[in-house]
Amino acid sequence: MNIAVEIGAIWPELFIAVTGMAMLMYGAFRGEASTGFLTWVGVVVMAVAVLLVLAGPSGKTSAFNGQFMVDAFAVFTKVLLIAGAVLALILGQPYNRREGIKQFEYPILIVFAVLGMMMMVSANDLLSLYVGLELQSLALYVVAAIRRDNLRSSEAGLKYFVLGALSSGILLYGMSLIYGFAGTTGFDGLAVIFAADSDAPVGAIVGLVFIAAGLAFKVSAVPFHMWTPDVYEGAPTPVTAFFAVAPKVAAMALFVRVMLEPFGDLVAEWQQVIWFISLASMVLGSFAAIVQTNIKRLMAYSSIGHMGFVLVGLAAGNETGIQGILLYLTIYLFMNMGTFACILAMRRQGRMVEEIDQLAGLSKTNPYLAAAIGVFMFSMAGIPPLAGFFAKFYVFLAAIEAGLYVLTVVGLLTSVVGAYYYLRIVKLMYFDEPAEAFDRPLGREISVIVTVTGLITVFFFIGLAPVLDGARVAAAVLF
Amino acid sequence: MESFPILSLVTFLPLVGVLFIMAARGTEEQVARNARLGALWTSLATFMISLLLWINFDPTTADFQFVEKVEWLPAFDIAYHMGVDGISLLFVILSTFLTPICVVASWKAVSTRVKEYMIAFLVLETFMIGTFVALDFLLFYIFFEAVLIPMFIIIGVWGGPRRVYSAFKFFLYTLAGSVLLLAALLALYFEAGTTDIPTLMAFDVPAGLQTWLWLAFFASFAVKMPMWPVHTWLPDAHVEAPTAGSVILAGVLLKMGGYGFLRFSLPILPLASEQFVPLIYTLSVIAIIYTSLVALAQEDMKKLIAYSSVAHMGFVTIGIFTGVQQGIDGAIFQMLSHGVISAALFLCVGVVYDREHSREIAHYGGLVERMPMFAFVFMVFMLGSVGLPGTSGFVGEFLVLLGAFQDNTWIALFAATGVILGAAYMLYLYRRVIFGKLEKEYLKTIMDLDAREIAIFVPLVVLVLWMGIWPDPFLSVFDASVSNLLANYQSALAAAEPLSLAGR
Repeated sequence: MNIAVEIGAIWPELFIAVTGMAMLMYGAFRGEASTGFLTWVGVVVMAVAVLLVLAGPSGKTSAFNGQFMVDAFAVFTKVLLIAGAVLALILGQPYNRREGIKQFEYPILIVFAVLGMMMMVSANDLLSLYVGLELQSLALYVVAAIRRDNLRSSEAGLKYFVLGALSSGILLYGMSLIYGFAGTTGFDGLAVIFAADSDAPVGAIVGLVFIAAGLAFKVSAVPFHMWTPDVYEGAPTPVTAFFAVAPKVAAMALFVRVMLEPFGDLVAEWQQVIWFISLASMVLGSFAAIVQTNIKRLMAYSSIGHMGFVLVGLAAGNETGIQGILLYLTIYLFMNMGTFACILAMRRQGRMVEEIDQLAGLSKTNPYLAAAIGVFMFSMAGIPPLAGFFAKFYVFLAAIEAGLYVLTVVGLLTSVVGAYYYLRIVKLMYFDEPAEAFDRPLGREISVIVTVTGLITVFFFIGLAPVLDGARVAAAVLF
Repeated sequence: MESFPILSLVTFLPLVGVLFIMAARGTEEQVARNARLGALWTSLATFMISLLLWINFDPTTADFQFVEKVEWLPAFDIAYHMGVDGISLLFVILSTFLTPICVVASWKAVSTRVKEYMIAFLVLETFMIGTFVALDFLLFYIFFEAVLIPMFIIIGVWGGPRRVYSAFKFFLYTLAGSVLLLAALLALYFEAGTTDIPTLMAFDVPAGLQTWLWLAFFASFAVKMPMWPVHTWLPDAHVEAPTAGSVILAGVLLKMGGYGFLRFSLPILPLASEQFVPLIYTLSVIAIIYTSLVALAQEDMKKLIAYSSVAHMGFVTIGIFTGVQQGIDGAIFQMLSHGVISAALFLCVGVVYDREHSREIAHYGGLVERMPMFAFVFMVFMLGSVGLPGTSGFVGEFLVLLGAFQDNTWIALFAATGVILGAAYMLYLYRRVIFGKLEKEYLKTIMDLDAREIAIFVPLVVLVLWMGIWPDPFLSVFDASVSNLLANYQSALAAAEPLSLAGR
C-alpha cells in the first residue's frame, strides 16, 4: 500500500479537516461578525466534500493498515449525512439571525461533527471507530449547548454529555472485552477469528452486547433512549434537526457495519438483541408520542420509533434488510428535515412556539405550511404514495424474507398506533378553529427547504428505482 | 402492445384538474366558482373518456385489456401495470360516474373552503380509479391505502359535529386492516418473487401459507366491505361525512372490499377461500339479519341507510363465495346496483338535510304534500333498495340467492329473510318521512327539487330502472371474466383434491 493510495482514500476527510481548521482561524480573528460568512463557507465545503466522496476510489479500498475503509456503503452514507449537515446549516442561518446567536463556532462545530461521522462510517477497526465517534460526539455536545445563556440549552448539552460519555464508556468496555478475547481490534481480523470457531467465548459475546448497547445509545433505541426527548427539546431547533438526522445516519451505518463485518458470523448471537431493541423502540416510540404536547418532544419519540423500524432491517440481517435501511435513512432524512423546517416556521411575534396546540387551524392561516406539514405527517405514518411508505415497505420485506413474522406484524401494527399521533397534528391543522397566525414571511431559506423536501416526499416514487439501485450496490459490499 | 395509454389518462386526468383549481386566483367568491366549475368539467371529461373504455371493451374475452406496463422497480420485478377486465371495468365507470354527481351535489351544500374540497374529491377520484385498474399488487395497495388521505380530510373538515371522532375511527380501522394486507403482500411477494397480479393468479401458493394470507387479506377487505363485526366505523363515518362524502363512501369505497375478494382472495388463494366459506357465510348472514334489525331501530336517516349498506354487502360476500356463476355475477351486480342506489339514497337525505339541517326521521313527515317530485325519486330508490322487480336491486339479490341456493339452502333461506327485513325498514322509513299529515309548521314552506337536483337524480333514476329492466349490457361485460375466474377456481380445487385425500 503506498501513501498516494492511502491519501486518496481519505481525501474528503482531509479536505474537511483542513478547511475546518482554516475556518476556525478565520473565525478566531474576525470574531462574531464572520458567523454568516462561515456558514456559507461550511455549505461550500460540504458540497466540495460530496464531490470528493463521489470521486473517491471505486471498489473496496482500505488504508492505514486496515484502520480505514472506503466502499460503496461508506460512500452512500457519507453522501446522506453531508446532505443532512448542509440542510442543518442552511436552516440554522435564519434561526441564528433571529435569535441573536452569534457564535461563529456553530458552523465550524457542525463541520467537525461531520468529519467525525465520516470517520465513523469508514472505520474498519474498533479504535478508529472510537476516535471518529468521539470527534462527532464532542462537537455535538458543544453544539447542543450553543445557547450558553439559555438554561434549557445548557441543560440539554450537559445531559447529552453525561449520558453520551456513559455510552462511550460502555462501548469502550465492550471493545476491551472483545480485544481481550480475540487479540485484535481490526474488523478483518475479528471476522476471521469469529468465523473460525462458531462457539465464540462468552466474554466476547458479553463484549458484543456491550458494543451493541453503546451503539443503541447513539441511535437512541429503547431501552437506551432516555436522553433523546430532553436533548431534542432543549437544543436550539436547527441543532435538533441536525441531531435527528446526521448522527442517526452515521451511528446506524456504524451499527450495521460493526454487526455485519467483524461479527457477521455471530448473527445468531446478536439477532435476538437487535430484534428486541427494534420491537421495543417501535412500541415505545408510537405509544409514548401520543401524550406529548411539545412538538420537539413528539419528534423525539417519533425518531425513536423510526429507529425501531430501521433496526428491523438490521434484525433481518440480510442484504434486502441493509438495502431497506439505506433507503429508510434517505427518506427519513428528507421527511425529518422538512418537518423541522416547518417547526422553525412556527413563530409568533418573533418568538418560537413549540406547543402542538398552537398549530390549530393552520390550514386557514397558512395553507401552504399546513399542506407541507400534512405531507410530512402522512409520510411518517407510512401512508402511500408518500415516501415513508416505501421506507417501511422495504425493511418489512427484509423481515419477511428472514422469517421474522412476529416482528413484522407487531411493527406494522405499531405503525397504526403511530398514525394516530401524526393524524392528530393533521387534525389540529385542518379540523380545528384557527389560533393566531404565525409570523410571515417564513424566510427564504425555510421556504426553499420546505418546498424541496416536500416535493421529494410526495414524488419519491419516481426516483425510487435509482435510489434502490444505489442502496443495493452499497448493501452488497457488506456480504 | 403499444397503444394510447387510455387507462392512465382516465386515472390521472383528475389530477390535471387539481392543478387548474390550485392555480385559481381572485376573491374568495371567484375562487370557489372556478373550483366548482373546474372540478365539474374535469370529472365530466373523465367520465366521457371512461365511457370510451366501455365502448371499446371486448366482452368476449377474460383477458386484461387496455394493458399498460412500464418498468418501475425492475430489480424487484415491480411494474407500473394497468389494465381492466370485465370485473373491474364497471367499477371504474361507477367511480367516474359518481364523481361529477358528487361535485354537483356539493354545489351549494359546501360553502367553506370550496377549493380544498374540490381538490380532495378529484384526488380521491384518481385513487379510486387507480385501485380498480392496478394490475400490480403493490400499485393496488398504494392506491387502496392512499384513498384514506382525502377521505379523512373530507370527513374531518366538512363533516358534522362528531366529525373528528368519525374521521379517526375510519382512518385507523381501515389502516389496521390494511397493514395486515401489506404483511400478506410482502409474504406473497417473497413466495412468488413478483407482485404482478396476472402472474400471481397463475401462481400456486402452498396450501399452508394460503390460510394465513387469506386471513390477512380478509382483515383488510372485511373492514373495507364492511362485514359484521368490523362494520362499526361505517355508521359513524356515514353520519358525519358531508353528503357527497357519504355518496362516495357507500358508492365506491365499500366496493373496494368486494373487488379485493374477487381479485385477490378467490383467484390467488382458492384453497383457503374454499376452506373459509363457512366463516364468510356465517358472518354475512349475521350481518344481513342483525344489521337489518338495527336499521329498523334507527332514528337517523343516514345511519339507517348506513346499516342497510352493511346488510346489502352481506349479500355480496355470500355471492362471491358461493363459487357458482350466478352467485358471483349477482355479487358484482349487487355491488354496482348498491353503488348507485345507496349513493342516491344519501343524496335524497342530502336534499332534505340541505333544507332543514336535520337528519332525524322524526323531524319530517308528510313531505309528499310539498315535495311530490322528491317523493317520487325517493320512492324509486327506496324500492330499488328493497329489491323490487324492475329495479337494479332485484337483479343482484335474485342472482345471489340463486347462487346461494345451489350451494347451501339454509344460507339462501336466511339471506332471503334479510330481503323481507330490508323491505320492512325501508318502507317504514319512507312512511315516516314522506307520508302522513304535513303537521310540522317548519315543513310547510319546504321547497321541492330544484333544477340542479333534478339534474343529479335523472341519470340515477334512469340507471336504476335500466339495470333492473334490461341488465344484460352490464352482465355481459363481466360474464366472460367471471366464468374464467370460476374455471380457474374449480380447477385449482380439483388439483388439490387428490393431495388432501392422499394426506388422510
